[in-house]
Amino acid sequence: MHRGNYVLRRVGAALLTMFVAVSLNFVLFRALPGSAVTNLSHVPNATPALRAALTREFGLNRSLGSQYVLYLWQLLHLNLGVSYFNQQPVFSNLVTALGNTVPMVLLGTVFSIIFGVLTGVVAAWRRGTPSEHVSVIPALGFYAMPVQWLGLMLIIVFGSVLPTSGRSNPFLINPTPIQHLTDVLEHMILPSLTLGLVLYGQYTLIVRSAMLETLGEDYVLTAKAIGYSNGRIIRRYAFRNAMLPIVSVIALSLGFIVGGAILVETVFNWPGIGLAVYQALLERDYPMLQGAFLLLSVSVIFFNLLADLVYFKLDPRIG
Amino acid sequence: MLSAQPALPVAEQDAAADLSPSPLRELWGSVRGSPSGMTGLIVLVILILLAIAAPLVAPYPPNTQVGAPFSPPSVHHLLGLDDGGYDVLSLLIYGLRVSLLVGFAATFIASVVGTLIGVVAGYFGGLVDSILMRITDYFLVVPLLPLMIVVADLWGSSLVHIIVVIGALSWTMTAIVIRAQARTLRERVFIRRSQALGASDVRVITRHLLPQVMPLVVANTVLNISYAIFTETALSFLGLGDPVQVSLGTMIEHAFLRAAISAGAWWAVIPPGALVAIIVVACSLLGRTIEDSLNPRLRTAYLSVRSFRMRSAEQARARARQARTQSGGGDVDSPS
Repeated sequence: MHRGNYVLRRVGAALLTMFVAVSLNFVLFRALPGSAVTNLSHVPNATPALRAALTREFGLNRSLGSQYVLYLWQLLHLNLGVSYFNQQPVFSNLVTALGNTVPMVLLGTVFSIIFGVLTGVVAAWRRGTPSEHVSVIPALGFYAMPVQWLGLMLIIVFGSVLPTSGRSNPFLINPTPIQHLTDVLEHMILPSLTLGLVLYGQYTLIVRSAMLETLGEDYVLTAKAIGYSNGRIIRRYAFRNAMLPIVSVIALSLGFIVGGAILVETVFNWPGIGLAVYQALLERDYPMLQGAFLLLSVSVIFFNLLADLVYFKLDPRIG
Repeated sequence: MLSAQPALPVAEQDAAADLSPSPLRELWGSVRGSPSGMTGLIVLVILILLAIAAPLVAPYPPNTQVGAPFSPPSVHHLLGLDDGGYDVLSLLIYGLRVSLLVGFAATFIASVVGTLIGVVAGYFGGLVDSILMRITDYFLVVPLLPLMIVVADLWGSSLVHIIVVIGALSWTMTAIVIRAQARTLRERVFIRRSQALGASDVRVITRHLLPQVMPLVVANTVLNISYAIFTETALSFLGLGDPVQVSLGTMIEHAFLRAAISAGAWWAVIPPGALVAIIVVACSLLGRTIEDSLNPRLRTAYLSVRSFRMRSAEQARARARQARTQSGGGDVDSPS
């Protein structure tokens, strides 16, 4: 019963947050003076018929309140408007882009979590020794680099070996599925690596400080006194308890991952949500910008909820 | 480092805090005692001086063409020329000026807002606390860079807008940390005592609470500077920077957009990002030093993780025998 309560509360809070995000989106793009989406003078080459259609769609001749209701209603039907740039529905544009972003970001994130945890644990366990410096200094370096700049550096270093732009080679004619897959994977390496390295730096530092905290606990001292092996102390006592802060900080870094993805996709011309944001900025394609912003906000809120529930599973005390 | 804060009993600590609350001086002591903290501080001071003295130090004015585009580094142009034939070293020094300005100004806004919200929420508690923390939670969860992109784009690009956007949206961590500290301080004796003596809330907050949370604010501010500078480079890279000003972010943007890489002009790409990395490392070395010195648990952790192994009595006896036969004396406890 207690458990259900906690889960319900978190889900409720997340829904409320999503609602606020959706409303903020309305205010930013439609209600502010010079509202970006509903200002028809922004629409390129608009014919009177198109203007009339848009006026009807957004309810521009009605009050702000009923525009808001109309906006929510259209959102429920996943109608985010039409891109000024390619005249396609924003929603289907975003779905395609999301399909490209997710594998690239996932690869980078998994890489960074695995290596970040490993080097973070080593750095904490070997505090004050050369192995700590060997693991912390590169991590601090990657953490300190602007994502987009690190991407450019990797292009300088690996540009002659790996593809640096786009998702697949357009000159590969009639590729077999295997060829196509390896082609896409090759294109994915550099963007994923860029994102992964920056996150790796962050996670190493986080894991290190979380481990330092738990290593100072009495139960670790007790485990040592009992004579357990170092591996067992780390795995069963120190790291297990350090998991809690690590999970919550990784969840908080989701917003950062999204920001990083925007920059990385811009550098490597990777056709995902981030590149969609960049192109929408360049083309003044406000329906796209609005749709991407909404999608990014809602998905980060959703994954934060997921992280909350994982945290609860790890540590039922917080319910 | 341990001696920086003698372990007084709680009551005496309260009394001491009541008499002379000078946590900031203590902070300086712990920074001075730490090599990495001092390194960060010195690097930051040098960079700040360089930025202030930019017109004196920079070899060329920032917006004049002084040679052929993408000329490689030479004696006259230590870091070569960029796509417009501008001297990269001069651009770097002027860009540093703008980036540091954005970093410091935005962080100042964020620290003031965050401290205010944190102290008010933590000190008053109750409904005020719940409302403020709901708002904080929202900004903590929502992805900030897209939000900043949208606001900066709709608002129009200028340096002031960028500063305000970054500052107004990045106060959450400060607010949370300060709130937690304010909540524990609220229950401490010296606060209770001044409340009992009839001090107003404003007086208690400004005279007793704020000085005690100041070190935390400083730590957060220093760490936030790097965040603000990062964000500035990101926004500029996406074309939202001030088109008139050169910053480290716009330098990276230009290198990317104007094909510095395919021209082989690494000297136009590497310096701005490397300088950002140096600033960020310096800030986090200094910030972590301050943070660590405020966290007593990290100090004990430092003592206890020194790896040691329990030996069985037999092993110990064997080692003792060995030591005795080797040196004829009993130095059994020498660390291995």
